[in-house]
Amino acid sequence: MNNPNFDLLMFARGPLFDIALLVFVAGVLIRVVEILILGRKKDFSKAKGQPVQQGIKTIFTRTFPRPGAIKANPITIVGGYVFHIGFFIAFLLFVPHIALIEELTGLSWPGVGRVVIEGATVLAVIAGLALLYTRWKDPVRRKLTTWVDYLVLILSLLPLITGYVAVNKLFGDPTFMMALHVLSVDILMIVFPFTKLMHAFTFAMARYYNGSIQGRKGAES
Amino acid sequence: MSATVERGVNALREQVDAPVASFFSSCVSCGLCADACIFFQETQDPQYTPIRKVELLRRVWENEYTLFGRVKNMVGLGNRITEEDFTEMEQLVYDSCTMCGRCTMVCPVGNDITMMIRKMREGMSAAGHAPVELIGAAKRHTTGNSPMGDLSKAIEAQVKHAIADTGIEIAFDKPGVDYLVILSAQEIAEYPEVIGAMAQIFDKAGVTWTIASEAFEATNVGVQIGNRDVAKYLVTRVVEAAEKLKVKKVISPECGHAYQALRWEGPNLIGREYGFEVVHIIELLDQLRAEGKLKTSGKDSDKITFHDPCQINRRGGINKEPRRLLNMVAENFVETEDAGTMNWCCSAGGGVGANERAGHLKDAAFQLKKRQFEKVAPDKIVTMCAFCHHTLENALEDNDMDIEVAGLTEMMAEYLEDED
Amino acid sequence: MPSSPLLPKMMKAHGVSRRSFLKYCATLTSVMALPPAMAPKIAHALETAPRPSVIWLSFQECTGCTEAITRSSAPSLEELIFDSISLDYHHTLQAASGDAAEHAREEAMKAHHGKYLVIVDGSIPLDEPGYSAIAGISNLDMLKETAAGAAAIVSIGTCAAYGGLPQANPNPTGAVAVSDIITDKPIINVPGCPPIPLVMTAVLAHYLTFGIPELDELGRPKAFFAESIHDRCYRRPFYDKGLFAESFDDEGARAGWCLYKLGCKGPTTKSVCATVKWNDSTSFPIQAGHGCLGCTEPDFWDNGGFYKPLSAPAGNYRRVGQAAVVAGVAAGAGGAYLAKKNKAKALAEHETVDAFTLEKEEGES
Repeated sequence: MNNPNFDLLMFARGPLFDIALLVFVAGVLIRVVEILILGRKKDFSKAKGQPVQQGIKTIFTRTFPRPGAIKANPITIVGGYVFHIGFFIAFLLFVPHIALIEELTGLSWPGVGRVVIEGATVLAVIAGLALLYTRWKDPVRRKLTTWVDYLVLILSLLPLITGYVAVNKLFGDPTFMMALHVLSVDILMIVFPFTKLMHAFTFAMARYYNGSIQGRKGAES
Repeated sequence: MSATVERGVNALREQVDAPVASFFSSCVSCGLCADACIFFQETQDPQYTPIRKVELLRRVWENEYTLFGRVKNMVGLGNRITEEDFTEMEQLVYDSCTMCGRCTMVCPVGNDITMMIRKMREGMSAAGHAPVELIGAAKRHTTGNSPMGDLSKAIEAQVKHAIADTGIEIAFDKPGVDYLVILSAQEIAEYPEVIGAMAQIFDKAGVTWTIASEAFEATNVGVQIGNRDVAKYLVTRVVEAAEKLKVKKVISPECGHAYQALRWEGPNLIGREYGFEVVHIIELLDQLRAEGKLKTSGKDSDKITFHDPCQINRRGGINKEPRRLLNMVAENFVETEDAGTMNWCCSAGGGVGANERAGHLKDAAFQLKKRQFEKVAPDKIVTMCAFCHHTLENALEDNDMDIEVAGLTEMMAEYLEDED
Repeated sequence: MPSSPLLPKMMKAHGVSRRSFLKYCATLTSVMALPPAMAPKIAHALETAPRPSVIWLSFQECTGCTEAITRSSAPSLEELIFDSISLDYHHTLQAASGDAAEHAREEAMKAHHGKYLVIVDGSIPLDEPGYSAIAGISNLDMLKETAAGAAAIVSIGTCAAYGGLPQANPNPTGAVAVSDIITDKPIINVPGCPPIPLVMTAVLAHYLTFGIPELDELGRPKAFFAESIHDRCYRRPFYDKGLFAESFDDEGARAGWCLYKLGCKGPTTKSVCATVKWNDSTSFPIQAGHGCLGCTEPDFWDNGGFYKPLSAPAGNYRRVGQAAVVAGVAAGAGGAYLAKKNKAKALAEHETVDAFTLEKEEGES
């Protein structure tokens, strides 16, 4: 006799995770290597500023919006912040997740308690829903958004929602919900290299290039 | 050898590099670039969202520069770029973008959208979709010596005027001097006072300079059209003249895109470093100020504000220099909202001003400037780009606003210390 | 029971009287069908017992379940046997062997056809009948034969309930659970390796008094298998606070912090271990400092490693990950090579443009 819920969990943790890991790691590397090797032409103009330093600096400084930006796009910016921060607190500071990362990479760090994790999760989900709303309602974003963008945002919210439901046993069999949680992460990993989720890696490159282009001219970035 | 879709697509293909690939990989369609765009701000039309204006470049990148895109193509999911695509993009790439660079500053993932617009224009122009007015200017500049046609006589006359006004000798084609001065057609035709102003300042500061009769034009319509061959051809004239005259430095005048074209694009267009340096006139004036060679007396009591030309400040890094200079001569200097790095475009840069089809967009865009000026209510607007100067002057007049516009170099010359 | 002083000692501890003890010993002797001279007495007992007859079948098992149930405290085995059931066949507890023992089973089956209860511990091998046989009868045949006249079956232990250890990968005997063979009888699964003694006896008591208890989708009595161990664990507050033991001998382990990172399967394991506990409610594995193995769940041996955190991937991730790195870099470099070639071709095909070739020729669209 089998426990179908447990079998699903084991499938999600086992073979499907392996497939997801393969697609994720290989896919991300393909895309990053593809960009890096493409390279750019040597710039013959005499640098006025410090392109390399400013490029590196911009990777960090671009995290903060320019004055006035929040007022113009409160949902996108505040929602974006809360979603990202919440997502990463829930992802990186929840001890079972740390255990997973430790298992994969050998790296480990202290986690935080359930109140923080669940608070972050709830806020991230609310923020994610707000981002979905503004994508749907705001004409600019609506015009830019493809069905893949909606899909990616929803897929990013599913691990948060399923994880919360599973840990709190809100409904469904907890093992089944845990299986759904892992399954949702597997799916997220699989779609990752093919979608805009790639920004999680390439943003640093983009910011660097932006900073170095501006920095060469001694301009702000 | 005429423009074709294939030539356009090939030009786009040539433009894809690691920065472009990283930018498109990173865009999350957040739409924050829209609010940075003066055309979106004033029309609220979502089609003007900056990142949408580079869609064809994105498609070339995806189809031809990504493994996944290639696979998509193989199974028939890619979409080829057609004549209609280019036609559709014209008004987005040329009419509703002044390449002001505000979108580049706000993009949270750091995409340099402005740089990609420049690249888009390579494809557009190669495909035969550049605005006719700019193509006309390119023809005139190619056969003549400025986008306004042959200005040899005009510059001679203006230099004569300047000599007569100031009593200072201005020599053409004098080899071995420190600086080669080049001018924008706008200055020669509309604001020639700047020649006398430079003569006075340089005379006081002991700066040796000359004007090349073969290459006195600083503007480069090739950069505005977005065609590297045309741009290279035009910039080569200045490079050759400067190297022939063996000057130490070339002074980029009060002109936005000329500064980009000569200082930042030029060496890459010709594929080598220059045998001289390029300095912007305001950088030079600020340097003279620091060295104590530029002294002024008296101050303008008018309420003065400053308009930052996008290509010189935001995209050129010259931000504090004009303010230091202006503070020497302005008693009542007030900044507008967003002044400095995030200043709004005059509404007609990047070739928009010459493009008749874009007239209504330009007028709409100026309304933002208008509101900002009205808040400050200055008597005078000072700037450091002749084309901004020209645009603001005309737009202020169209909007019945009685505000004077002045160039910063002129303004400095006006208050030059009279020590003898 | 001179060879096993434990039972009388335990009974004493539970306050069972001398008289009861003697009575218990006498009856036990009869149950064990020893010696032959006792046979008429046994026969009489079997004929007249108003208590349901119980046949206990042990297949591929370790006797741990029997060991555990004999350590049951409440209700104690003797109470069960005296007052409630007639354990007519149990080849570990009975002294008879061969025909005598099998007779006992056959007679019980005949006498109580349709009314007797079958208790099974151990899994049944399907690959070869000879893998496990009793008195020349394969486990499969014996189960089928015995189950035919049963009122109900209780699968005691995870082996009988779900296949258990014998079924663990690669399952060399083709072991299956009782429910994989018998489908026409009510089956109560009491999983655990071994099950909690009290749970076993309580399930029997329930059957005797009220019939079949309410079962979950895995055939387990809901009364004992509705909640996860994690939910009732006394270490749960540490989990909630984010305090975890990192190794079995670190400060956290000594301070009694959560054992999740050391592989505890409490969150996905349903059982009352944390509340009922073992050995007279003395302790349970987590209290003893070891994570839950998840023994009340099917396939617990193969569910990702006892010492691996539940959240850790369970497959071949290390090799897959390394392969992915190699494949990704190689494919990325390949893609980049194609891209660079594409760009070089574009640059080679560049048509130099001048101001006079910026327009389309007349007549072109």
